[in-house]
Amino acid sequence: MAKSNEPIVWSLFSAGGVLTALAAPALIVLLGFAIPLGWITPSFEHVDGLVGHWLTKLFVVALVSLGLFHWAHRFRFTLIDIGLKSLDTLITVACYGGAIVGTGVAVYVVWL
Amino acid sequence: MPDEKITLEILRYHPETDEEPSFQTFEVPYHEDWVVLDAINWIKEHVDGTLTYRWSCRMGVCGSCGMMVNGTPRLTCAVFLNEFHPEPIKIEPLAYFPVERDLVTVMDSFMEKLQSVKPWLIRNEDEEKPLEEGEYLQSPAELASYKQFSMCINCMLCYAACPVTGLESEFVGPAAIALGMRYNRDSRDQGREQRQEVIASHDAIWNCTFVGECSVVCPKDVDPAGAIQQAKVESTIDWYTSLLPWTKK
Ligand code: SF4
Ligand code: FES
Repeated sequence: MAKSNEPIVWSLFSAGGVLTALAAPALIVLLGFAIPLGWITPSFEHVDGLVGHWLTKLFVVALVSLGLFHWAHRFRFTLIDIGLKSLDTLITVACYGGAIVGTGVAVYVVWL
Repeated sequence: MPDEKITLEILRYHPETDEEPSFQTFEVPYHEDWVVLDAINWIKEHVDGTLTYRWSCRMGVCGSCGMMVNGTPRLTCAVFLNEFHPEPIKIEPLAYFPVERDLVTVMDSFMEKLQSVKPWLIRNEDEEKPLEEGEYLQSPAELASYKQFSMCINCMLCYAACPVTGLESEFVGPAAIALGMRYNRDSRDQGREQRQEVIASHDAIWNCTFVGECSVVCPKDVDPAGAIQQAKVESTIDWYTSLLPWTKK
């Protein structure tokens, strides 16, 4: 039986799942509730310094990118499971290609 | 209550006379303490001796009485009629397996898949210790690391529950992968690398889309889905370590 290269996409998939599950709820609470509702009032300098830091940018890009790879892998198998196996190549290219494009967009928006 | 009845709709198929399978309805006496298998046995004894199905132990041990009960793979010796009464119960052969006759399926593909993971202890020949030195001892912790996977009774319910086995006939499937992991985890075994040829292949763990139904239906809590996930993590680590220059073979 052929050795599989599936570990590459699977590890991106699982890393995306773990990171999203850990980080997304915290970010939603922070950015969606805590700051808008005034539970915490960080100073402009503080936020500006944090958002401009390269580590923060890297984190945001990783979160978006790995999240997209998680989606790509899940969605690819959802389509195959509902019977579109004959379109496997097209689906694979579209899903992971979409995640790669999304990563590019994230880098562009965050860094440039 | 005396004289109470329950309806069983059973899929029948006799290849020498029937062109295709069809349902036949039977009225069976209802007893609260009867399992579905009791009702099927009653039909065979009192109504139609040609009804064909597998069973043996009647106590959830032999793994031979698995059937689709109202669409879900179950051990018929472990499902009570009172779960459904007064509604009728629909009985079909295990899904995704070819039907040989009535409720009997062809198990050849499953047997081949089981064998493909080499489910026995493998030792490197030159590392075998001489007989007089006695057995290979194992600590309770070493036993615990694989015991759960060794509880499988080969009932094939997990295959009938898994949509991937329906779509991909080559999929090695839950029980066989869990059994391979059972030996990989065994401290006396040295055969992991040989098993990885099959387990880490596209037709085995990478075909699994983590539906998880196998672990839901398993009557022995083997958790084959967990075994597959563990194998995915380990195979991924293998894959990345094989890229490191100093581990190249
Ligand atoms: S893993 Fe569970 S469901 Fe599958 S064959 Fe073994 S005992 Fe049956
Ligand atoms: S008859 Fe043996 S498991 Fe049901």
